[in-house]
Order: sequence, then C-alpha cells, then structure tokens
Amino acid sequence: MYKIVEKQELAPTIKLMKILSPDVAKKVQAGQFIIIRTDNRGERIPLTVADFDREAGTITIIFQEVGYSTLQLGAMNVGDEVLDFVGPLGRPTDIENYGTVMLVGGGVGIAPVLPIAKALKEAGNHVVSVIGSRCDELLILEDEMREASSELYITTDDGSCSYGIKGFVTDKIKEILEDPHYDVKHIWAIGPVIMMKFCATLTKQYEIPTTVSMNPIMVDGTGMCGACRVSVGNETKFACVDGPEFDGHKIDWELAMRRMNIFKEKERIIAERYEKGGNQ
Amino acid sequence: MALNLNRIPMPAQDPEVRNKNFDEVATGYTAAMAVEEAERCLQCKNPLCVPACPVNINIPKFIHEIATGDVVAAGETLKDANTLPAVCGRVCPQESQCEGACILNKKGAPIAIGRLERYAADLQIMRGDFKTAVKPSTGKKVAVLGGGPAGLTCASELAQQGHDVTIFEALHVAGGVLMYGIPEFRLPKLVVETEINSIKEMGVDIRVNSIAGKINTVQELMEEQGYDAIFIGTGAGLPYFMNIPGENFNGVYSANEFLTRTNLMKAYDFPNNATPILVGEKVAVVGAGNVAMDAARTALRLGAKKSYIVYRRAMEQIPARLEELEHAIEEGVELMLLTSPTEIVGDADGNVIGMTCVKYELGEPDDSGRRRPVVIEGSEHMVDVDTVVMAIGQGPNPVLLETIDGLELNKWGNVVADDQGRTSLEGVFAGGDIVTGAATVILAMGAGKVAAKTMNEYLAD
Repeated sequence: MYKIVEKQELAPTIKLMKILSPDVAKKVQAGQFIIIRTDNRGERIPLTVADFDREAGTITIIFQEVGYSTLQLGAMNVGDEVLDFVGPLGRPTDIENYGTVMLVGGGVGIAPVLPIAKALKEAGNHVVSVIGSRCDELLILEDEMREASSELYITTDDGSCSYGIKGFVTDKIKEILEDPHYDVKHIWAIGPVIMMKFCATLTKQYEIPTTVSMNPIMVDGTGMCGACRVSVGNETKFACVDGPEFDGHKIDWELAMRRMNIFKEKERIIAERYEKGGNQ
Repeated sequence: MALNLNRIPMPAQDPEVRNKNFDEVATGYTAAMAVEEAERCLQCKNPLCVPACPVNINIPKFIHEIATGDVVAAGETLKDANTLPAVCGRVCPQESQCEGACILNKKGAPIAIGRLERYAADLQIMRGDFKTAVKPSTGKKVAVLGGGPAGLTCASELAQQGHDVTIFEALHVAGGVLMYGIPEFRLPKLVVETEINSIKEMGVDIRVNSIAGKINTVQELMEEQGYDAIFIGTGAGLPYFMNIPGENFNGVYSANEFLTRTNLMKAYDFPNNATPILVGEKVAVVGAGNVAMDAARTALRLGAKKSYIVYRRAMEQIPARLEELEHAIEEGVELMLLTSPTEIVGDADGNVIGMTCVKYELGEPDDSGRRRPVVIEGSEHMVDVDTVVMAIGQGPNPVLLETIDGLELNKWGNVVADDQGRTSLEGVFAGGDIVTGAATVILAMGAGKVAAKTMNEYLAD
C-alpha cells in the first residue's frame, strides 16, 4: 500500500498528490512515469511524474479527472492508501547542455514538463518555456515553471490570463522561432495529442528537433501487452518501454488519436455508473 | 484382474454451457474415479514416467498412495518434488511428458497422471496443510527476479534449504503467466494464489510492484543490498507482431493484452472491474499454440459469435496441447489451417473490418523436419472479422537485461545459461523462458528447480 501524504486542488478537476513510494523516488528521473491502481477492482493507469523528493521518498503526480479511474483517485484523501504504485517506467529524458531549449506544456501536460525543465536548467541550458491552457482558471504550476525556466510565457485560448498571450502555445512558439535573438536547439512539447501534433508540425518547418511524450492506453506498462503501440517513422514502438518520449516529427498522429478512442464507449459507461454512485 | 486399457474420463462442463462462462472447464475426478484410475498403474520397477517429468515427481509413489486411499501422503509426495502441483496437474503437456512415456501406451491409454496430480493437489489445497519443512537459516540472501513459474519454483526450493529469499515481481500479483495469461476456465486463480501462499509460508518475501532493473540493478542488489546470489526468471513477456500492414488498427490485440485484460484485470466482469475489453462478433486468433487456444476460447466467452484459429501450417503441426485443441473445437472454435494473414483491413475510423489472407500448401521438410508451408499463388482472399488477436509468440523483455553489465545474451536477446542455470556472471543464475524463449510452465519450473540446486551448492562454498 502506498500512502497519499499531500493533496492539492490545482484547478477545477486538476489534482496534485504526493504519494509515498521510497523505492520509486530513489530512482525516478525526469521524463519517466508511474502506474497506479487504486483498489483491487481498479484499472492500472499510467501517470507522468511531476516531481519527486528522494529524501522524503515521495512522488508527485498531477492528473485531470477525465474518467472513472481519475475520478476515483481524485476522491481519495491524505492518509488514504492506493493499492498499487509501480515505477519508474519508461526511458528518462536525455538531459544535456544543448544551449537554448524550449519547453512547451499544454493543460495537465505542464506537469511532466516541470521536472524536465528543472533538469535541463540544472544542466546549464537557457530554458525558454511556453505553457498554455484553455483559460486562466485551468493554468497549473505557473510559479514552479517560472522558477524552473529562464523565461516563461503563458498563453490562454480565451485570453483570460491578463498578463499572458491570448491564443495557442503554437502562436508563441512561432514568434520565438522567428525571433533571431533565439537559437533554440531542441524543443520538448507535452500536452494533449492534438497540441503535440500542431507543435511538431510547426517546428518541423524550422527543422528543430522536437521531443514529445506519448500517453497512450496501457495495461502493464512494462512491455508485456503492446496496447501502447505508436508508429514512429513507420516503425511500431511500445510507448511504455521504447518511450514515452519520441521524435515528434516522426509520430503518426492520426493513429495516435484513433488509438486513444478504442474503449471510449466503455469508459463512458463506467464513468456514468461512478457518477451515479456505483463502483465507489 | 484384467488390465483396464481405458482411462477414466475427466468430467467437464458441457461445451455449450461452458463457452459462455469463465468457470473451470474440467471439474475434476471424484474419489472413486481417482482410485479406479490409480489402480490401473502397473507400479513399474523402473518407471518411464519419472525421468520424463521435468521436476521428477515420484509418480508411481503418489499414484499408489491415491490407490490405497492415503491422499494426504499423495499430496506430500507431489509437493516434495513440485512447488505447484495443482497448477501442473492442469496445464502440463502430459502427453509429451509423463503420460507420453507411460508403458501402458503400448497396449492402450496411459495412466491419467495429470488428472491424478490435480486430484491429490486440490485435496491438499482444500485441507490447507502445506507441511513443507524449511531447514535452519543459512544466513544467505537470494534475490529472485520475476515471480512466474521459474522464479516461484527456484524461490521455494531455496527457501526449503534455509536461504533468505526475496522475489521481485513487476506486476501487482505474483504468478506471471499463471495469473495474466492462462484463463480462469483452465486454471482458477484461487488455485494459483493458494499455491503461492504456501511459498510465502516458507518465509519467501514476495515484493510485488517491484520492477527489477528499474528500482534496483543486479549490481546494487549484490554490492549494496547484500544479496549473495541472483536468479533471473523474467520470462518471455514481449509480444511479437507480424509486421504486416494494419496491425495497429483498433481491434488488433496481442494475445498478451487480450488475455491480461481478461484474466489479470478481470475485464470479463466489466464494469464491476474497471478494465475494459472490446470484442467484436468475429474474432481471428493468429497462431495455434496454447496461448492462441486460450485467446480463441476466451473470445467466445466474451460474446464473440465466431472465433477462428488462423494457422499457417496443418492440423498435425498444431503446437497446442491436444486437450486444449479438442476443448476449443468442442466449444465452437473454427480452424482456418494453412492460412496466414498478409494485411489487416480497417475502415475510415481505424477499426478492423477484415483480414486479407493467403492459403498455403505443405512443401518440402525444413530444418526442423516439419514440411514447410508454401504460399499458393493467387490464393489471396478476405476473411470477415472485426477483431484480431496475434498469438505468434513472445520474446524476452529487455527492461532488466539492458541494465546488467557483462551478462551474455544470445542473438534473440535471451540470457545465455548452461544446463545448470549458470550465466556468464558469477553469482547470477537464470532459467525459464528468459533462457529458452517461450516454452511451457513445467519446463520453466524444471529450470528453476535445477538452478536452485546449483545455487544452493554455490552458496555452500
């Protein structure tokens, strides 16, 4: 059992939890993920790691309540224990000194960007970050990202963040890439699949290497089931063991979006049942 | 008394009933049936069955004990040699092992050794008495990486020798393929859990959710955490695909995913269990091993109207256990032999709507002596299916192996180990599918047992 030692509501439907798991906290690196299962009837759900504390033995996860399993997890409180917590999974981010790097986070995807930004800044990079959300209310980790970045820019779709840019992250990315003052060597873009697709399509025009982090449907997360197949440069890869980070310019985005929908109908059934008071 | 040349049939659920539920297919011998079958045993002075058993159970002894009504002794005789007798009685390919060697084959049907093993082991489970003696502590620490059949057997044997054994298991339960792969209707999970509990009672510490290589490397286990020896039994967990077009369409599963969702995650009981599975009306399972049979039979139970086994070779070359094939056919699984897919076809939304296949004929024998299937020109045809399960084998999972410096691997990525379980690294042993490639539960158990003997000698030095 793995105890929840801290819980915060970062935004409506977006929650942060610190979970005690010293074995994972000792080894986890930026870019990796964990799998969590709340109880013995629950699903194994993959969540990216937003932060970790090796001394305290905790892992920070941030998730949006989008379906049954995340709703159920979100209803748990400090002191409660999740049944299963396993990691660190996947390959860590390649951290080195690239020079200037750009980090792009969209929505709850800002969470996995944070440890990567921290590690890259620590490695001596000039970290230019662009984070975005639908509206100001849903924007998370602004202060933490500001601290982890050399420069931080914020975009909201509706312009509700008064000191941010009204528009999409891609609008700001384009502006930076057009600006001769910047010599961006590498880009990380993490967020909803559609956002990563647009980012990768844009940065390809500038021929700047762009890493994305895929979060497909998984079961075991250790390479055993192959549910998380992604096509990268026409080659099938397993996101759990070959990724989750891949070259964004080579991903088959249409396939990635289609595979997210495999169980959509089933997911609707169980989420509805949960909201009516079942499976709790 | 005249020799009875026929074995006592195994009672089973009716095929038309069982193909709609996940309860166990074969319901097991009654006491009278078991005694009658056991009495057929000739009690050979030099039994052929024992050396044909990968863990060398004293078969004539336990059968004699059943025949004389001493089922407690029969259970103990089994446990002396076999960590998981209730499992093996159900899933071993007896026809090519103990029963295949039985002298009665010359005249009639061999003794139903597997059924008798299951009978005695199940009674032991029901009684709950597992008196497996453990020797006094040696003070030596052993880490077993992977809690499947090889690891469980190795751990049990070493614990009995007095060593302090810890199993590191990646999934949330131990058992490996016994839990995620083999379906409930062929191997009830309660049976597996009970046999695993008997290993815990010997003092073996089973740490689930612990991915060897990720939370600790072999070097760290030995140098920092004080383990004196390591056993690698991480199995063949990486599913193969055919690399044909359309394999990533929605509705194409690896057998591992299909079975893991159903067995380990209990998707057959959705939404009471939260993991979903989607099965269409017409399912094609590609391959014809035990895993393929399990998937095809599972598909029917999940509601498929049609379930096909699509296999490149002919009937006599089907690698599955005979009983699994017979059960599958009885339940309504249809065979498409000498047939193999070349492409999976999807609709605009990416869902499977069919599979293009070609027909084969048998040509000249290949290196393995089996007649090689040759494509028939112009035989391309469409098979009407909406779900495809790839059951064409699994390879070694590299997650752990790539973290071990200096461990010799072969060209397929399997660990190189000698017939005693020694690897290229001192103090590191290996056995089961990670060494041989995907094989059977009992061969993995045999390898775990052999390695445990080698490790015990190593630890004594």
